Amino acid sequence: MATVSVCQYHPGGFSFENCKRNALLEADINKLGFSSPAARKTGTTICGVVYKDGVVLGADTRATEGMVVADKNCSKIHYISPNIYCCGAGTAADTEMTTQIISSNLELHSLSTGRLPRVATANRMLKQMLFRYQGYIGAALVLGGVDCNGPHLYSIYPHGSTDKLPYVTMGSGSLAAMAVFEDRYRPNMEEEEAKRLVRDAIAAGIFNDLGSGSNIDLCVISKGKVDYLRPHDVANKKGVRTGSYRYKHGTTGVLTKAVTPLSLEVVEENVQTMDTS
Amino acid sequence: MATALRFPANVSTFNNYNDLHPDWTQREVSTGTTIMAVEFDGGVVIGADSRTTTGAYIANRVTDKLTPIHERIFCCRSGSAADTQAIADAVTYQLGFHSIELDEAPLVQTAASLFRDMCYRYREELMAGIIVAGWDRRRGGQVYTVPVGGMMTRQPVSVGGSGSSYIYGYVDSNYRTGMSKEECLKFTAEALTLAMERDGSSGGVVRLAVISEQGVERQAILGNQLPKFSTV
Repeated sequence: MATVSVCQYHPGGFSFENCKRNALLEADINKLGFSSPAARKTGTTICGVVYKDGVVLGADTRATEGMVVADKNCSKIHYISPNIYCCGAGTAADTEMTTQIISSNLELHSLSTGRLPRVATANRMLKQMLFRYQGYIGAALVLGGVDCNGPHLYSIYPHGSTDKLPYVTMGSGSLAAMAVFEDRYRPNMEEEEAKRLVRDAIAAGIFNDLGSGSNIDLCVISKGKVDYLRPHDVANKKGVRTGSYRYKHGTTGVLTKAVTPLSLEVVEENVQTMDTS
Repeated sequence: MATALRFPANVSTFNNYNDLHPDWTQREVSTGTTIMAVEFDGGVVIGADSRTTTGAYIANRVTDKLTPIHERIFCCRSGSAADTQAIADAVTYQLGFHSIELDEAPLVQTAASLFRDMCYRYREELMAGIIVAGWDRRRGGQVYTVPVGGMMTRQPVSVGGSGSSYIYGYVDSNYRTGMSKEECLKFTAEALTLAMERDGSSGGVVRLAVISEQGVERQAILGNQLPKFSTV
C-alpha cells in the first residue's frame, strides 16, 4: 500500500532553527568555565597588484582559531580557472567553498561559451552570490587574472560590493600592506619589481599584524602563463633548539621501590585489521 | 537590511572579536558620500566624491560613484556599496531589456521609476540613496532623486549622501535657474569641495560628468586642483 508522504519544501538560504538552542548551550558551557569553539578565520594579509604583463597575487599562510594558530601553512590563493586566481580572507570555510562553487560554475560556463573565462564574469558571479547571502558568508576576496581584455584585479567584500583597482589589499593585515603599496606602487611595473612589492606588502602584514604570519605565497598570472609560487618566501622558519632537556638515566636518585602485580585475565581477543590502502 | 537576531544578554553574540580582527574588517562597506546633480538647458551635470569607507578605514579612495545605467542615463550612488551596486546592476539589465523592446532610447523617468520600484519594495532590507540623472529626447535634461525609503521626485538640483547636510545652505543660496553648462560645472565642483572639506566620510577626488544630446563628457578634479575657499 502506498504511503502518503508530505513533501517538505526547503526554502533556500540559511536555517536559523538551532540558534536559540545554541545560545542556551553556550550559556551552560560558559557557566562551567569553558568557551565554545570559534569558527576558524584566516586573520590574513592578502593583496594583488596589476603590472605590465598581468597580475601578481600574494597571501600569508596563517589560519587562526581565536588566539591559536590552527594552520601554519594554509593555502589562501585559490584556483578559479586556468587564467584566474582568487585570494581569500575572512572565514576559511566560506572562502574555500565560495571559490570552489564559482570555479565549478565558471568551468561549465566556459565550456558552454567555448571561450576562456573573463575576470569580470567571475567578479559578477561572486558579487551576486555574496549579496544574496547579505554578508553572512564571511568571504573577503582579491580576485585577479588575465583574459582577452588584459589584466584585471578586483576586491570583493562579504556584503557583495566590489572595487576594480590597480592594487588592492584585504584582511586584518591590509592596512600594513596598503601602506607599502601606497609608498611604492607605480603603473606598468616589470614582473620582478611587482613580485618584490607584493612580497614586501605581505611581509609588512606578517610582521605587524597578529592575525597574519608564517610564509608568503605568490601567484604571478600573465597571458598564457601562471606561476604558483608556494612558498615564495619562508619568512618565519622554525628555530633549531640549541640545548637538550633530556636527563641521563640515574639523574634522579631512587629512594624506595614498590612493585604491585596486576593479574589480568584475557576474556576476549578481537583483531580488527585497518584498511590502509 | 536583515533584522538583527535577539539573544539573552548574558550570552556572547556573534561579534565576539579580539585584536586579531579589528572593527573595520567587520563593518559593511559604505559609500559615505556626497553626490549632486543639476539640470541645465540641454542636459545635466552630475558629480560625486570618491571615498568608500569600512568604518574608519578608506577601502577605496578613487571610487567611481557615477554609474552608467544607459547611454545617456547615469545614477549617483550613496549608502551601502553592496546594495547600490546590486540595484544598479539590476536596473541596468531591466532598462537595457526595455530599451531593446522599445527599439529606442529609454526615458530618464523610466530609469528613475525602476530604481524607485526596487528601493520601495525592498525598503526594509536596503540602504540606498540614489540620484538618477540623464538626457532624453522627450524632456531634455532631468534629475530624479530616490532617497532612502523609496520616494521618487524630480528636482532641478539635488544633493545626497552624508556630506549633503553641510551644503544645503550653499546650494539653496547659489542655485539660479537658467545656468549654463560651465556655470553648473563650477557650481557642482564648489559644492562638492565644501562638503568634502567638512564631511569625514567624503573625500578623494571630485568626479564630474555632463550628459547631453551629444553624449557624456567625464572629468576628475584631483585634490590639489580643487577650488579653494577660506584658509581657516
